[in-house]
Amino acid sequence: MVYDVIVIGAGVSGSAVARELSRYEGNFCVLEKCEDVCEGTSKANSAIVHAGFDAHTDTLMAKLNVRGNEMMDELCRDLDIPFKRNGSMVVCIDKETLPELQKLYDRGVANGVKDMRILSRSEALEMEPNLSDSTEGALYAPTGGIICPFRLCIAMAENANENGVDFRFNTKVENIKKHEDGLWHIRTNNGEYITKYVVNAAGVYADTIHNMVSMDDDKIKIIPRRGEYCLLDKEVGNHVTHTVFPQPSKFGKGVLVSPTVHGNLIVGPTAVDIDDPEGTNTTAEGINDLITKASDHVKNLPIKKVITSFAGLRAHEVCHDFIIKEVKGADHFIDVAGIESPGLTASPAIGEMVGNMLRDMMQLKAKENWIATRKDVVDPSGLSIEERNELIKKNPAYGNIICRCESISEGEILDAIHRPLGARSLDGVKRRTRAGMGRCQAGFCSPRTMEILHRELGLSYEEITKSGGHSNIVVERTKHQKGGEQ
Amino acid sequence: MEKRELTCIGCPMGCQITVELDEGQVISVKGNTCAIGDKYARNEVTHPERTVTSTAVILGGDKPRVSVKTKSNIPKDKIFECMKEIDNACVKAPVHIGDVIVKNVAGTGVDVVATREVSEK
Amino acid sequence: MTSYDIVIVGGGPAGLAAAISARKAGVEKILILERDKELGGILNQCIHNGFGLHTFKEELTGPEYAQRFIDQVLNEKIEYKLNTMVMDISSDRIVTAMSREDGMYQIKAGAVILAMGCRERPRGALNIPGYRPAGIFSAGTAQRLVNMEGYMPGREVVILGSGDIGLIMARRMTLEGAKVKVVAELMPYSGGLKRNIVQCLDDFGIPLKLSHTVVDIEGKEHLTAVTIAEVDKNMKPIPGTEERYTCDTLLLSCGLIPENELSRNAGVEMNPVTSGPVVNESLETNIPGVFACGNVLHVHDLVDYVSEEATRAGENAAKFVKEGEQEGGSIIELFATEGARYTVPSTINPDRMDDLLTVRFRVGAVYKNSYVSVYFDDERVMHNKKRIMAPGEMEQVILQKTKLKEANPKKVTIKIEAE
Repeated sequence: MVYDVIVIGAGVSGSAVARELSRYEGNFCVLEKCEDVCEGTSKANSAIVHAGFDAHTDTLMAKLNVRGNEMMDELCRDLDIPFKRNGSMVVCIDKETLPELQKLYDRGVANGVKDMRILSRSEALEMEPNLSDSTEGALYAPTGGIICPFRLCIAMAENANENGVDFRFNTKVENIKKHEDGLWHIRTNNGEYITKYVVNAAGVYADTIHNMVSMDDDKIKIIPRRGEYCLLDKEVGNHVTHTVFPQPSKFGKGVLVSPTVHGNLIVGPTAVDIDDPEGTNTTAEGINDLITKASDHVKNLPIKKVITSFAGLRAHEVCHDFIIKEVKGADHFIDVAGIESPGLTASPAIGEMVGNMLRDMMQLKAKENWIATRKDVVDPSGLSIEERNELIKKNPAYGNIICRCESISEGEILDAIHRPLGARSLDGVKRRTRAGMGRCQAGFCSPRTMEILHRELGLSYEEITKSGGHSNIVVERTKHQKGGEQ
Repeated sequence: MEKRELTCIGCPMGCQITVELDEGQVISVKGNTCAIGDKYARNEVTHPERTVTSTAVILGGDKPRVSVKTKSNIPKDKIFECMKEIDNACVKAPVHIGDVIVKNVAGTGVDVVATREVSEK
Repeated sequence: MTSYDIVIVGGGPAGLAAAISARKAGVEKILILERDKELGGILNQCIHNGFGLHTFKEELTGPEYAQRFIDQVLNEKIEYKLNTMVMDISSDRIVTAMSREDGMYQIKAGAVILAMGCRERPRGALNIPGYRPAGIFSAGTAQRLVNMEGYMPGREVVILGSGDIGLIMARRMTLEGAKVKVVAELMPYSGGLKRNIVQCLDDFGIPLKLSHTVVDIEGKEHLTAVTIAEVDKNMKPIPGTEERYTCDTLLLSCGLIPENELSRNAGVEMNPVTSGPVVNESLETNIPGVFACGNVLHVHDLVDYVSEEATRAGENAAKFVKEGEQEGGSIIELFATEGARYTVPSTINPDRMDDLLTVRFRVGAVYKNSYVSVYFDDERVMHNKKRIMAPGEMEQVILQKTKLKEANPKKVTIKIEAE
């Protein structure tokens, strides 16, 4: 089969592109090296919808940030995922740098960010009482927001899939060549894929993919920039209510402190350039560093309430702008590279831009029956007792709580497994339902979730993984018995 | 003459006890601070014993494993031999607490018994 | 709305003992709500022996100990519901519960006994650096997988933390054929019982490294190795002391946390030291008619003490149901200082206490040949020499009603003194 477009990478950019493509008639496919969507940069970031004052004016980054931010309300409504405009604050703690706040404000205005204000010390402290005592003033951007990065990515991919886009997981691209037939031949560990157009949305590997097809004078280099984070218990989730940034430096937007859309508190990231595109390990120095830095602008940080720490890699390109264009000398091959922060925010706009490019290049025809909406996994926590009983009556599994910390029922887990592009691993279930994401970090629920995966997918216990690959949870039966049978 | 170093388990003190033996006979016990330690050390160097607890395969039960124990202590050096017999055991549900799972395990004269109720599926 | 005289949240050792004693005290309508598929709680996976020496004067395994209480609950025909999650407890004692069979429903409770137990501290809360691969388990999760589900998490094991669950799992994994390479303990002493160190580690030649912690975790998909290092007095790793162990399993036995989300939502006042509710002599929280016992109140060392405490909670809840809220009497506050970390209970009303009241506490460090002293205001009234006290073990003093009433102090202080 010859595809019209193959997208490489099922992160938030690839999924956004896939969803936009699904509006049109054609054969589209996404190749993903991991076992699920949202496995790279998209899964480990600040979960922030940036207002758009940070990126330099006239860059693609600035344009797509502001556009992505604008699109977010409708998109999240369509995709039935949580999004909250809690507002961002950039806090100045040094009188000497106060003028920089004004510059940031001016840049925001030039970028098209709406409704920003410069706050005095007292205004800032009134809005956010846990700001540092040395607060001198703050930039306030009410359009800043918080979102669940997993849900956004999963929802876009799922919606694309429901509208006919294929997804191939555990499929790693090894080589790409244009053959004499004028088509791109993509060799993978799972056979060859042939396509008219390619979109390279490979995150920290976008350089590897780009360099497979580009000319010698057009090589790019993506530097994995590691960011470490701490996630704190919901008990302290309202320590701040806005997303609180320090003033930006040349290393980026600095260590933020923010509530998450699920009610936790997130602190991070650090910024360290590394070589390993899989180097998502946390370090003692990194965690100490982010705690120290966050404490500069937020006081009494309840860091003892940490429930997990993690690290993500931003796909930093040396020119520090998004690269979204057809590769020189490689017709019909489009890069979506260098998508670092604010990539999550920009993703809907990236999808729109690439979708429009391909529509125009390929003269794609809009589908008549395209469905813009999907329903997320039901969240029964907002339901009344009567509504909940209605749900349990229809499906008793909604009455059986599996994850105690987040109160996630078997019904929600079954939904996550059986929906399009459903969960196949503990992390897959976790990202779709939050089972295992609470304060005990899956200590109680993982054996129970394994039982459900075993039953529903026919996987043996030994085959069940944390997140695909070799991340198996158990190795064998006790008493030297293999394969689950006695 | 042989010297053996032990940690007393009689109380949280955990006295470090040195026992001197000559051809299996205890010559002296030193380092203990009470009579419990003396008794523990003499037993431990002449005939150390342990209770072994584990699980065994059960067929047709509402659980895949039944927990078991040796009904009384067995010689410490028989632990792994005992485990081998437990690993190879296989019983049918239902099982009640106290039911014998392995008779005379590892020739010790001690039975391995079930420590929990398992009903039929 | 259905109503019960006493609703007990949790069918583990605490909930079972509380139910039995409340029934013996004459309460008819008792309901135990248990989230798991069977009664017995965590004891069901604790298949090792060593339980019940105080209660039954014999050594039982966890499931055997639990069964003795389950049998009594069955004999007494006490109602219980399995696979049932309590979703909320309100300050006026309305309990909201949910299960497959019954859906979501509310129960009006004359009294509530909190017996939810505790959970393990996860890796995240320890901030251990490194990757986040599969193969890292809290010791209790591994215990459930091995003992109840019958699966081995791995073959080469490193254990961080020398709490009793970690030590027990070192032996358990060894008996099932795994190689346990080392147990690392951050503190300069083990939090586990001496007996477990000897019989679970020494018997199998497993080294215990005190003042050591994990400083790196390797493996992108599955755990491949961990590095441990010695720590200095401030618990900071000492450079140059790193040792790397290849392994496929890391078990964490780094402390237990009472599970009090429901209590907090109900408005129960918490003790920051125990992470459990603040209770009075009747094991009653600040909300009248809401009692707490077992590991949800404070983490115990022996289940026998859980049963004993829960028995009292059941009796007191029964009294509350029959006699209603008691007014009057003076309140004496209890303080733990100088080595003693906390007391349970936190206050005593001498008019409401039994003739003898056991006050439990823990010490913050290892003390040898020291004294447990009790002060009524500034007067020392008890001075008991102890050969050894350690943070891993609960201590107790017994207060007499007659003496308290006679002296009528404003406060009672427990401290550890050198002489």
